[in-house]
Amino acid sequence: MRIPSAAAADLAVAGRPPERRWPPAIPLVIVAALVFCAVLAPLLAPHSPVEGSLGERLIPPLGMEGAKPNHPFGTDRLGRDTLSRLVYGARISLSVSVVGITLTGTMGAFIGLLAGFLGGWVETLLMRLVDISLSLPGILIAVLLSVVFEPSFTNVIIVVVFLLWPSYARLVRGETLGLKQQEFVALARVAGCSSLTIMFRHIVPNLAPSILVLATLHVGYVIVLEAALSFLGVGIPPPTPSWGVMVADGRGLIEQAWWISILPGIAILVTVLSLNILGDWVRDRLDPKLRQV
Amino acid sequence: MFVVSVVVFALVRLSGDPIQIMAPPEATEADIKIMRAYLGLDRPWPIQYGRFVTRALQGDFGQSVRFRRPALDLILERYGATFELGGLAVLIVIVVALPVGVYAAVRRGTALDYAARAFAALGQAVPPFWLGLLLVLVFGVLLHLLPTSGRGTPLHIILPGITLGWFAVAGLMRLTRSSMLDVLGSEYVKLARIKGLPERQVIWKHAFKNAALPVVTFAALLFVALLNGSIIIETVFSWPGLGLLVIEAVDSRDYPIVQTVVLFLSAMYIGVNLLVDILYAYLNPKIRYSP
Repeated sequence: MRIPSAAAADLAVAGRPPERRWPPAIPLVIVAALVFCAVLAPLLAPHSPVEGSLGERLIPPLGMEGAKPNHPFGTDRLGRDTLSRLVYGARISLSVSVVGITLTGTMGAFIGLLAGFLGGWVETLLMRLVDISLSLPGILIAVLLSVVFEPSFTNVIIVVVFLLWPSYARLVRGETLGLKQQEFVALARVAGCSSLTIMFRHIVPNLAPSILVLATLHVGYVIVLEAALSFLGVGIPPPTPSWGVMVADGRGLIEQAWWISILPGIAILVTVLSLNILGDWVRDRLDPKLRQV
Repeated sequence: MFVVSVVVFALVRLSGDPIQIMAPPEATEADIKIMRAYLGLDRPWPIQYGRFVTRALQGDFGQSVRFRRPALDLILERYGATFELGGLAVLIVIVVALPVGVYAAVRRGTALDYAARAFAALGQAVPPFWLGLLLVLVFGVLLHLLPTSGRGTPLHIILPGITLGWFAVAGLMRLTRSSMLDVLGSEYVKLARIKGLPERQVIWKHAFKNAALPVVTFAALLFVALLNGSIIIETVFSWPGLGLLVIEAVDSRDYPIVQTVVLFLSAMYIGVNLLVDILYAYLNPKIRYSP
């Protein structure tokens, strides 16, 4: 689970020249549509995502017997409109990944930068911390953390940061070690720049592409992680319409009302697949040597 | 290992008071005090930790607060189920991922190759818990072919086994394929072909042995993925293994169980990493002699 998917590239690039200037169109459109939904959710969603009318419980989606045109994707056991909940769910998924990855990327990169630039005991200590972090079983720790701080949005973010920071720290440390040896750093030193200036003015800008690539590759992973945590009941608490919560909601009703669980799952699948394909494209454009990450 | 034990202990203690869940609402202050003393929860944390470690070394992991039974017993009772599930998943991975990965690379650009790549991309985007539900819907509800929860007959293991195997297969197949592609382009494979060796021998003896290196490294990660996956999948299928045990224990603030399961799994995880390092040295003599 820890490896961000690069598989999608195979789908996208198959049979075409390896250098591609423009991002693959279909995934780009899907992701753009999702961002659009997330931002404009209150305007787009036909119904409230958390309030349902009990008179309209378990209405099936269009195309099935008993469907109603005002609920194209049907309703759940509380009469809440599935389409509206999906639209609001995009909000949760995207905000968790954006906030989580920004935080963990910044933190991990800073730690990696310190370790790589300062070396010595600082490096030993920080890298040992990375090893320890990696040796804890991820989901178990996530479950524990979630119990410590009652399930909430913040909590999911903490779990994301906890699980992902080591990969940024490792990546940035490696890159920093290489950059430190380069002549422009020595020149900056000769010109009288302080260590801080060198770190932030001269090294950080050179790290940006790799960090960006890793971050894009992580977006899909974080969305699945959030959904899994919410599904287990330790992520976003109901009634907030997270996709994971929706899948869990429909679990007991799979025999009577499959759409409650299956539709949000398809939403996750399509989103993550598109994001992975885009992530691979970003990687190939910016930093092909990261292929093995 | 020490750090793992401290982290686990600290997190578990932070997570709330089990007495408040256990005690009946009409219990008095005095009752609660007695219960606390009985379970040893009135001592300061470092002492509780010290006691936990000393006893753990003697094989005593404390009593489950909920079941009033030794934690170790419960775990020994449950781990078999998890291993059964994990074993099947590993079997699926070996039987499916390796050959398909190898032949996708050998017959690059054929339908098999495309199918394998599409499957790998899908496999990494599908949320495992949802795949489980989908299988339940199709095979359990619509076709009435297979039981969807619990454990008992061999039929019970099919759905959770496939779900757990699925996403492990995706990653490993992809890696096998790309690793094989690298090796197949090398000089020594060309030489083996020129020598006139049968294709089968070239692929398995010359190419695959060399391509297996990154695959073995990945095996450690695979183990983690299976571990994480089993927690989720056991919940989906009510499979009575360690994952379900720990999720239930977290729900009821059953400290000793959570502590012991996490320790147990971490120990296994560290053990597997060690094993992989050794296997790696066996496969790659270059590593054996370097300091």
